[in-house]
Amino acid sequence: MIGTIRSIFRRGFEWVERPLDWLFGPALNPIAQLGALGFFFFWIVAVSGIYLFIFFDTGIERAYESVESLTNNHWYHAGVMRSFHRYASDLMVVMLVTHLLREFAYDHYRGTRWFSWFTGVPIIWLLYTSGITGYWLVWDKLAQYVALVTSELLDWLPIFGEPIARNFVSTGTLTSRFFSLMVFMHVAVPLFLLFAMWIHILHISRPKMNPPRALAVMSLIALVVASIWNPAISQGHVDLAKAPVAVGLDWFFLPLYPLTDLWGNGAVWAFLGTFSLMLGLMPWLPPLRRAKAAEVDLAHCNGCARCAEDCPYEAIRMVRRSDGLPFPTEAQVNASLCVSCGICVGSCPSSTPFRRSQELRTGIDLPDFPLQRFRELTVETAESLDGKKTRILVFACEHGGGAGHLTGVVPLPCVAMIPPSLIDFVLSKKLADGVAVAGCAKSACFNRLGVAWTEQRFAGERDPYLRTRVPRNRLKTIWASALEASRFEGELTAFAKQVAAIPEVPPALPQTIISALSSEPRRMPEGSVP
Amino acid sequence: MTGYLRLVGQFVAILLLFSAVVAFANWPIYRQTPEGSAIVVLTFIHGADRKGECRQRSPEEMAKLAPNMRRTLDCPRGRRPIYVELDLAGKNIFSATLPPTGIAGDGHSRVYRRFVVPAGQYEIVARMRDTPRTEGFDHERKETVTLAREQMFVVDFRSESGEFVFR
Repeated sequence: MIGTIRSIFRRGFEWVERPLDWLFGPALNPIAQLGALGFFFFWIVAVSGIYLFIFFDTGIERAYESVESLTNNHWYHAGVMRSFHRYASDLMVVMLVTHLLREFAYDHYRGTRWFSWFTGVPIIWLLYTSGITGYWLVWDKLAQYVALVTSELLDWLPIFGEPIARNFVSTGTLTSRFFSLMVFMHVAVPLFLLFAMWIHILHISRPKMNPPRALAVMSLIALVVASIWNPAISQGHVDLAKAPVAVGLDWFFLPLYPLTDLWGNGAVWAFLGTFSLMLGLMPWLPPLRRAKAAEVDLAHCNGCARCAEDCPYEAIRMVRRSDGLPFPTEAQVNASLCVSCGICVGSCPSSTPFRRSQELRTGIDLPDFPLQRFRELTVETAESLDGKKTRILVFACEHGGGAGHLTGVVPLPCVAMIPPSLIDFVLSKKLADGVAVAGCAKSACFNRLGVAWTEQRFAGERDPYLRTRVPRNRLKTIWASALEASRFEGELTAFAKQVAAIPEVPPALPQTIISALSSEPRRMPEGSVP
Repeated sequence: MTGYLRLVGQFVAILLLFSAVVAFANWPIYRQTPEGSAIVVLTFIHGADRKGECRQRSPEEMAKLAPNMRRTLDCPRGRRPIYVELDLAGKNIFSATLPPTGIAGDGHSRVYRRFVVPAGQYEIVARMRDTPRTEGFDHERKETVTLAREQMFVVDFRSESGEFVFR
């Protein structure tokens, strides 16, 4: 059932993301930058909050007056800052909720990713607490409503000796100390929030904490425009003798407050508790079945650190050499963090199919899908294309649009598992006329960095490079999501036509060599080429 | 699409999203209570008497206690529950036995209840029993009040003077 829900959400995101990919380009697509935008809006809230604090007075009467003064008398700077503070907080909620739903939709929360998901749950609580304490400080009718409902909610818990809500039902019960307490909370809780955000990204390699500059600038300008168009204003001074019966509610921070009237406080607490518990347990409902973690073969590892550099999950670290070979370091895999994406295999300079060893071994390999088997499968799949007019071999990510293609496909956990030398191998040995590498949509790589690393390796910008001798007109990358299978097929057909039009189609690899590569490992004479 | 046109499209898309967020940051208005209604709040904290009378400890009992614990009076710690009723226009809208708070049951009893009523004139009666008696009430206040729209009318109890306060 969870799988069906996930699939529906994924379709929804695809439906929104792909047009945005077209408009923004994959690098600027806001949906692919939700975490970074969340950080960005946090900083806007922090800076604008510090600015506003200069003008804020923590007195029982002065609080409202000071907010009114900064809003009306200094609207051109402090008023705009107030709107910045308010709307950036709302945008943070939007980013958080969308980020959570997207990670769920793309199944980015199970397996080793449980840590980021689980540590995200307190972030929700802290963000909402930060926002709610902020609303109290304005001390307008909305603040009165928030104070009443929040205190009634808290009073439902059997932890306070005296009902807190008593303070907000008649005049004379509240003192200025209350505002000092609220200011303290409104500063302390966001600090905890920042700390939780830092914990949240601890297990992520190269976390995106800043959006691309163009997106940040556009967001900032749009926020200015929106703040001037509809500035944040107060809703009239609190009158504790009168009930705040009608308020302009912030539906991002306070959507549950009306439910206290409909359901009652106990039911709202039950909902919050169940929701948080379910959210926290989701990575194990059901747990992700993982292939065995990558393993290091020290005999083939020279400690170059490329695997550690490329791993998107911080699952590999370089440690002091333990086998006496003359290299300072060796790679070490933390199995609990490894998702078996194979990106490390693709990054290892030892992962070359041209190697003449008896059994193809590499410095770091996947036990369930070793490089040896990868090469065999490549050769077998290429062989299955024999007889076709144009033989296009497809290396397809199992999460992308090419995974469902029927013929000539080598399925992979991630296209960045392909050592660039394997492309060279296929084309130079004339196993196929062309190679298509089909990954996830550019802005939604399942393994975060697979698309980027593949592109950089093919472009000669990242080790290991794709050699210059590889004819680029026989190589095609197709970035399409699982729901873009028809686009994938279209691009593949066009690529096949393009390859067919290339003059002098190279002859196929002699059958003897193909047989040798497909068969069981056997000892090769020294110096022979497989 | 040209670079500038694309940039404008991107900005418009972001602006639309932000405008939607800004709009929902204040709207639609939420009405907590129906138009023309007032709110009556019954709230107080009040501790009833201790469950039993204090008794004098005998010299033998005193000798068994640690020197710093030798108090002559032995008073039960727990308090009695409080029974409270609230009538509005002749109808009982709240009656409850309020237990003392605290793990040992030695804290004050407390109550906080909100009642939404149409604005208008009402006879309000608040009664409380905080002694061992089982019949009748120890404290009672009856008053006819006119509740204005949106008024927050509080029924409180002042322990010091032992009387209900309407405000």
